[in-house]
Amino acid sequence: MVSTLGEIVALSLAVSLSAVLLAALLGLPLGAAIAVGRFPGRRALIVLLNALMGLPPVVVGLLVYLLLSRAGPLGELGLLFTPPAMVIAQTILVLPIIAALCRQSVEDAWVEYEEQLRSLGAHGLSAALTLVWDIRFSLVTAVLAGLGRALAEVGAVIIVGGNIDGVTRVMTTTIALETSKGDLPLALSLGFILIALVIALNAAAHLIKEAAQRRYG
Amino acid sequence: MAVTGSILPLSLRDVRFAAGGRELIGGVSATIGAGPATVILGANGAGKSVLMRLMHGLLRPSSGEIAWHGQDVERVRRGQAMVFQRPVMLRRSALANILYALELAGVPAAGRVQQAMDALREVGLAEVAHRPARVLSGGEQQRLALARAWALHPEVLFLDEPTANLDPGATREIENVIKAFDASGTKIVMSTHNLGQARRLGDEVLFIHQGRLVERASVDTFFRQPTSAEAVAFIKGELPWT
Repeated sequence: MVSTLGEIVALSLAVSLSAVLLAALLGLPLGAAIAVGRFPGRRALIVLLNALMGLPPVVVGLLVYLLLSRAGPLGELGLLFTPPAMVIAQTILVLPIIAALCRQSVEDAWVEYEEQLRSLGAHGLSAALTLVWDIRFSLVTAVLAGLGRALAEVGAVIIVGGNIDGVTRVMTTTIALETSKGDLPLALSLGFILIALVIALNAAAHLIKEAAQRRYG
Repeated sequence: MAVTGSILPLSLRDVRFAAGGRELIGGVSATIGAGPATVILGANGAGKSVLMRLMHGLLRPSSGEIAWHGQDVERVRRGQAMVFQRPVMLRRSALANILYALELAGVPAAGRVQQAMDALREVGLAEVAHRPARVLSGGEQQRLALARAWALHPEVLFLDEPTANLDPGATREIENVIKAFDASGTKIVMSTHNLGQARRLGDEVLFIHQGRLVERASVDTFFRQPTSAEAVAFIKGELPWT
């Protein structure tokens, strides 16, 4: 089975958007909770989270590979070399980015909102979620940073996906493969498609953010 | 709202508060009872805002004691509201901002919209109920902050320099709402450095100077015959604005 270009692009988007959605669902509350919470080890956790933004994709790919391989703890699920495995790897990669950027945004907002929210009786997680919702337009940037990372990385998806034609072949893995095979025009045109996609997604998100900010102040 | 006894009087016993190695409040003792509108008067940096935050529970005293009447923590918390110098509104409609406060206060969902709309009408903002709160003018946002406090039916309302950022027209509107609060029986505790405002809205004055309660008197007495040298200087406008 041979992938068409459309299928490759579609799978790239499906995998990365799923990963970003999952990472946002987990990372935004996590970042907000760290921003608002006061607990021992908080500063160390923030440093760690910021450092994890730079997780090398190949290392994440390797760890997820070990986890999902036949002999691994989650081997029975049979996920290795499937799109879900790629989603898992990219989620792990993107989660620290979204959580760390969200933590910073919420913490900045908390300075402005804290007294008012405490006066009204909002505490802990409820206050954190109120803040996340209130600065949702700023958090678009955090999510976009995550999406950029997911769409662009090749190291993790190539290890856990295997770059199987028609099954787990995505844009970045195709570019890597075609470059090594010497089909530079194909690799280059795929590269341009990838860049155009990222720009289009960012432009759309930016327009939505601007319109919403005009509307809500 | 069921009244199961007042949370007043509020008593402060030798309250001190230090931050960053500097003592901001240096041993304030006072009892604040129901009735007269209390104005906390003093120059910028005298400690008015810190004192109100201590009373409202946003800050913990470094030493000393702040006690409300009654042991029920939740009732004490819900018996008070605070309006800040700069209103903080959530990015949602004016009405939704009040609904949010009512939800946190545990008001049953069924009655919230009615209660919120009543409060908006009270401050003259009913017609902008569905406009986003953050696009309202500064004066309107402050009135919205008052409506949000009003909707909670607090027994005590703290106001921290509520008109410091507003033009004279908006200031007048805010003062009228505060007067209506006062007339409805809400205990007003307001800080200001504006002598005219203290006279217009206050019944009694707590004069704060460098973190200490220097003088306490009825408004009439305070402005006619201040007893402390600091108060005399402040009224004359000779006090350095530290």
